[in-house]
Amino acid sequence: MKICVLIKQVPDKDSSLTIADDHLTLVENNITWVSNESDNYALEEALQLREKHGGEVIACTLGKDSARQVLKDALAKGADRGIFISDSSFESLDVLSLGKVFASTLEKENFDLIMSGLQSDDQGNSQLGLIIAELLNMSHGTLGMGTEIIDDSTIRLKKELEGGWFQWTKLSLPASISIQSGINSPRYATLKGIMMVKKKTVDEINASDVASRASASNITVKKLYVPDKTKETQFIEGSPDEISEQLVKLFKNDIKVLN
Amino acid sequence: MKILVYIQQDEGKINSVSLEALKGAQDIAAQTNGTVSALSFNADVCSQLAGYDVAEVLVVEDDNLNTFNPLFYLKALEDIAKAESPDIIVFGHTYEARDWAPRLSARLDIPFISDCIGFKNEDELTFIRSIYQGKFNSDSVVNNGAFIVSFQSGAFRVDGLQSGSADIRQVTVDLSGAGDSIAPEEKFQEAEQAIDLNQADVIVSVGRGIGKEENIELARELSKTLGGEIASSRPVVDAGWLESSRQVGSSGQTVSPKLYLALGISGAIQHIVGMKGSKNIVVINKDKNAPLFEIADYGVVGDIFEIVPKLTEKLQNA
Ligand SMILES: Cc1cc2nc3c(=O)[nH]c(=O)nc-3n(C[C@H](O)[C@H](O)[C@H](O)COP(=O)(O)OP(=O)(O)OC[C@H]3O[C@@H](n4cnc5c(N)ncnc54)[C@H](O)[C@@H]3O)c2cc1C
Ligand SMILES: Nc1ncnc2c1ncn2[C@@H]1O[C@H](COP(=O)(O)O)[C@@H](O)[C@H]1O
Repeated sequence: MKICVLIKQVPDKDSSLTIADDHLTLVENNITWVSNESDNYALEEALQLREKHGGEVIACTLGKDSARQVLKDALAKGADRGIFISDSSFESLDVLSLGKVFASTLEKENFDLIMSGLQSDDQGNSQLGLIIAELLNMSHGTLGMGTEIIDDSTIRLKKELEGGWFQWTKLSLPASISIQSGINSPRYATLKGIMMVKKKTVDEINASDVASRASASNITVKKLYVPDKTKETQFIEGSPDEISEQLVKLFKNDIKVLN
Repeated sequence: MKILVYIQQDEGKINSVSLEALKGAQDIAAQTNGTVSALSFNADVCSQLAGYDVAEVLVVEDDNLNTFNPLFYLKALEDIAKAESPDIIVFGHTYEARDWAPRLSARLDIPFISDCIGFKNEDELTFIRSIYQGKFNSDSVVNNGAFIVSFQSGAFRVDGLQSGSADIRQVTVDLSGAGDSIAPEEKFQEAEQAIDLNQADVIVSVGRGIGKEENIELARELSKTLGGEIASSRPVVDAGWLESSRQVGSSGQTVSPKLYLALGISGAIQHIVGMKGSKNIVVINKDKNAPLFEIADYGVVGDIFEIVPKLTEKLQNA
């Protein structure tokens, strides 16, 4: 089984983020970068599939220079190889155009399985894996909460549906599947794993390698801004003691949940 | 502006998020001099659709479309898009839409602005998305040509739908061989649905801000003191700190207690859809910009580890 895992570098959820003066980008110097949450689960699932069925796991990211770190982390956890796609001309591409960049990069590798997270925690398009499936003529499934390899040409995916429902779906390989958080318990890198990183290869891809497919973006982002507040929230202030005191009163007198 | 709205139905009932999207389409049409058509793959819901203010209702009847298979749905909408040439194809951003709308974008080679929370028509038609987990919004426009857009749950209100009386038109598609590589099986629920959070007047809900498993005890103690149930956001369940039946949100339970006390929850839309109906929402979060404050009745900007133990103690002595 030859598996590709797509991992995006995104700001850590606890980073305090500030919009830059151009109203389009973020101030970068105080951002802590991490691998996208659901992508970590996708990587773990890929590594477990390899452990059970043999094969190869290749981690792939598209991003700025800093994004090399997500590949290093994936290699340290056990991925066999990395693919680093980077070019300043990719930075403002919409997700369909990005999909074309990925498709032309990944096409020649003939992966059995492409695994991605269900959505990126920054842009949240929830699209890339399916776009690649279409462009590379693969089957697909989303929101995976379980996988089972049936044979060389079939995988079963347990898909999460709304409100606590699930559905197994049989997919012919090659397939592009997206993974939901919680499917497994992602491992941490071991010291040995970290030592191995240097011995593994990372292929570098830039715009000249994918010219045939990539196209100009057809969506323009005009600006980023902090959403307006619509609801009047009553803020309770003071020391922890005073706040607790006021909450007790609130629960008792206003919300009336104390008896 | 010719707008085609795909109406999802679940076992013969129209999905409410796609009805909201229909309202969004009516609003876009009103501001751009456009027309709206509603498309369904199920004849049973057409008479309801025909009662809304739409130019027409398109219906495809084909056995392959009775239950959801993304590849059949894709081929059907591809055929229809080619025959009808809509300028905008609109979806509700449901899990089902996640499983085929992006692929439609690639197949038709038109852009897809997904999971929008609204639109505005100032100089040009602009779609608003919530990004960075609700911290920021972005305004996007399509440079040229047809496109797809999906709207998040709650973006529009169904009760604002304009009524009317539309004609229903049958359309045919050719689905031969389209769905071969994907075979969905029966839907099921996991047996364990032990806890019905809807019985509780008080829910104390913990998020990732609780930090580690041992700290759950703090919240459990508080919820016991309040005579309530403990619940959580998804990451807490993902980490195995609470059982999955205590998860609130789009993939968990929908609750509406008298008091929903959120501890260290940021307020992603997938959490909000599960608790926004609560009578009183009290949020404690150390980040004053946490999106959950947006829907809070009462807010405390502070550290749960400083406040929760004190609060429990005071309640016990009250
Ligand atoms: C298809 C799909 C379905 C999903 N379904 C669900 C669902 O059903 N339910 C759900 O909840 N999520 C769901 N999610 C995930 C959702 O998008 C968010 O990732 C999740 O809700 C975030 O959980 P959180 O707020 O606990 O964590 P975070 O976003 O990490 O927020 C943690 C918060 O804790 C605060 N904090 C940290 N330390 C402290 C402290 N000491 N004191 C006070 N505050 C502190 C931080 O300021 C932060 O705001 C789904 C996502 C997708 C894409
Ligand atoms: N720049 C990127 N590099 C690597 N993987 C990505 C990138 N963008 C998106 N992905 C993958 O596609 C998934 C869905 O992203 P999105 O469509 O942006 O929500 C993510 O969870 C990643 O697995």
